[in-house]
Amino acid sequence: MKTLNRRDFGVDLGLALAAAVLLPATKARADDLEIHIDNFVFQPAELKIKVGATVTWTNRDDIPHTIVSAGKFRSKTLDTDDKFSFTFTNAGDYEYFCSLHPHMTGIIKVE
Amino acid sequence: MSGQDHGDDGVSRRKVLECMTWAGTGVLWTVTGGVPRSLGIIDSAQAANAVAPGMSFLQISDSHVGFDKPANPNALGTLEEAVSKINAMPTKPSFMIHTGDITHLSKAAEFDNADRIISQSKLDVHYVPGEHDFLDEDVKLYRERYGRGTRGQGWYSFDAGGVHFVGLVNVVDLKAGGLGNLGAEQLAWLEDDLRGKSKSTPIVLFAHIPLWTVYPEWGWGTEDGGRALEYVKGFGSVTVLNGHIHQVMQKVEGNVTFHTARSTAFPQPAPGTAPSPGPMKVEDAKLRSMLGVASINFKQNEQRLAIIDTPLQG
Repeated sequence: MKTLNRRDFGVDLGLALAAAVLLPATKARADDLEIHIDNFVFQPAELKIKVGATVTWTNRDDIPHTIVSAGKFRSKTLDTDDKFSFTFTNAGDYEYFCSLHPHMTGIIKVE
Repeated sequence: MSGQDHGDDGVSRRKVLECMTWAGTGVLWTVTGGVPRSLGIIDSAQAANAVAPGMSFLQISDSHVGFDKPANPNALGTLEEAVSKINAMPTKPSFMIHTGDITHLSKAAEFDNADRIISQSKLDVHYVPGEHDFLDEDVKLYRERYGRGTRGQGWYSFDAGGVHFVGLVNVVDLKAGGLGNLGAEQLAWLEDDLRGKSKSTPIVLFAHIPLWTVYPEWGWGTEDGGRALEYVKGFGSVTVLNGHIHQVMQKVEGNVTFHTARSTAFPQPAPGTAPSPGPMKVEDAKLRSMLGVASINFKQNEQRLAIIDTPLQG
């Protein structure tokens, strides 16, 4: 599992908006949500969540991917089975994509 | 040989062009004399040499050093096989180009291993990066090794054997929902680089992602590739060499020949034939027939460069 630290976010990437946390896979909370990357697709591609929920992406492809929401969050490169988690502390629509395969897009709607 | 050699006189060859439309995409494909067949590298090299003693160079691509998944657990090993094939060629090529994805994850050890193997060819190698070569956190390992003397993210040009070569970078600053990207700065540089060149100078453009639209559903194309092609429009001979899609594809459009090379690491499916463009697992016995290198032969006064694709085996 990837650990997250401040370097995962550029200096200008809106740290004030939200904070990322690392959750052990074995202790997922009820309001935590999973997105899988299979066959170059974010599944589900659209996810509605409540403020404060944490979303964890898992790359299940044999090719590395990234999760990037411009100005909001940016994962490291996720190799096979690597994970990235992000806690959404503000409402809004968060469009994101894979910076390596930009035809891969998704959206998190936070209410 | 005829099925391998795309360098024939354009007019007569065009009569035998077969055209087909890729179902659903509306893209017109031309196949010159059919899909390049398998041929042992020594045979093909000798044949090319017999036809023309002109300048020849090699293209390798997508070596993905560090890849160890089921589609090919030993990508370094197949790169080594490719270099052995190159070393066995009876006519030494003038140099080699590598069209990116040298490494799988941009790790220093992967770059080191790739260099250790590729340097055994004892050829000058001109690189352009693939998206897999810019994955280190500081995005510096590729540029430290291969960026010297280049502009911007690593683009450059050079002349060899009367041909003007331009290495382009289309794997940086990709936009959500989009394709490969050259960007305004690089395009301005390209226009300037070509300015003043004689229109009879053969031009070779090479970059990682195809500069032409192969299959946008899988991101196989370059958003502003058309702009680059406009700058080379007036030239009599233009060859566009790419990688990224891990299979041979060719299209001829007027004076422009587009060609993609095989990977030395793993094959990818033909457009739309699989749920995703990811690594394609084939039978072990078949793998090496789907990996390989390309050699490109330039003959003075011939409009097109001859491109010969050679699999590692088959």
